[in-house]
Amino acid sequence: MGEMEQMKKEAEALKTQIEAARKAVHDTDMASAASGVAPAPRVQLKTRRNLKGHLAKIYAMHWSTDNRLMVSASQDGKLLIWDSHSGNKVNAVPLKSSWVMTCAYAPSGNLVASGGLDNMCTVYNLKTPVIKTVKELDAHTGYLSCARFLSDTEVLTASGDTTCALWDLETGKQKTVFLNHVGDCMCLSLSPDMNSFVSGACDSLAKLWDIRDGQCKQTFLGHTSDINAISFYPGGNAIITGSDDCTCKMYDLRADQELITYQDAALNSGVTSLALSMSGRLIFAGYDDFNCNIWDSLKGEKVGVLSGHDNRVSCTGVPPDGMCVCTGSWDSFLKIWN
Amino acid sequence: MSNNSAGGLVSLQKSVKQLRFEAGIRRIKVSQAAAELKAFCLQNAHKDPLLMGVPSSDNPFRPPKSCALF
Repeated sequence: MGEMEQMKKEAEALKTQIEAARKAVHDTDMASAASGVAPAPRVQLKTRRNLKGHLAKIYAMHWSTDNRLMVSASQDGKLLIWDSHSGNKVNAVPLKSSWVMTCAYAPSGNLVASGGLDNMCTVYNLKTPVIKTVKELDAHTGYLSCARFLSDTEVLTASGDTTCALWDLETGKQKTVFLNHVGDCMCLSLSPDMNSFVSGACDSLAKLWDIRDGQCKQTFLGHTSDINAISFYPGGNAIITGSDDCTCKMYDLRADQELITYQDAALNSGVTSLALSMSGRLIFAGYDDFNCNIWDSLKGEKVGVLSGHDNRVSCTGVPPDGMCVCTGSWDSFLKIWN
Repeated sequence: MSNNSAGGLVSLQKSVKQLRFEAGIRRIKVSQAAAELKAFCLQNAHKDPLLMGVPSSDNPFRPPKSCALF
């Protein structure tokens, strides 16, 4: 019993020490640092494409690296591959389980993945004459909330079983399991240099992980509810998170703390998804209240809104060339804006 | 979290180990971090189509010539 008490005291002391170390470098805040920056222009984007095809709620979308194709996942039990320029559907992948929560496009464009309440990540080859399932990654003991390809041979997953995992697509086995969250993992984002990733979970924490050694490097506190969305800032030194507490936050990795909170007294819906413009200046955040709000990431001000969906915005994505933003919704439509 | 089982102790040991690791990292000043983020943003602003706007001639999503059905 004595040892438990000692450990608890040490844990508390370490938490206090971390808090103090963060305060010690907190010589200013982002709003002050950005006070001299000209405000971002009022952003008014128009719907350029209204993609109709899904028959039920859309839960996820992901752009291909070719800036043109994208994959979307709906609980109608399908993945749809779209040519965003023409608005045409290029492929439809029927899913074994319709309870899909995530989808991903491999950087090569050869593969897509999906997963959800089946606890599995299923990988499909788009380039065979008929689309084939190449692997079912089956080891998580909870739902699959997010998947991302590192390459055609490695996939990262986040799960409701509180773990994230790195999988070898050739063997179908987990190479590394990332253990530290105490709540369902809801989202992940790969660093630009692919050496690390960040995860957000229902324990209201965001964590930075080393992909190769599995070590949790840093933990970011501040949110007061589930973190549903997370993204690396271009450049790789900061992350943006979106939460059920109705706020988004920017955390800097090297200062190891929150720099700014994006919030508005009038906003009392949770954040479901987020995406950043190419320079990082604009944050597109999807909310439960059917809107996607646009934030100036440096000044913390709302600079625009994308209205048009008739239900919750569940997913957002900006392609690598930054030419547009896509929003997907429970209203079964995807919209492309610029 | 306050149980006396061996599982509780192991879990606590892991937490302490993780906290020790995180306490030991090097942190830079917020002023430096914020300045570098600001610089990155501003340097890349001119290349950011959503920030600068996209001229119709260069916009692959420009309104189609035919009628669009919603």
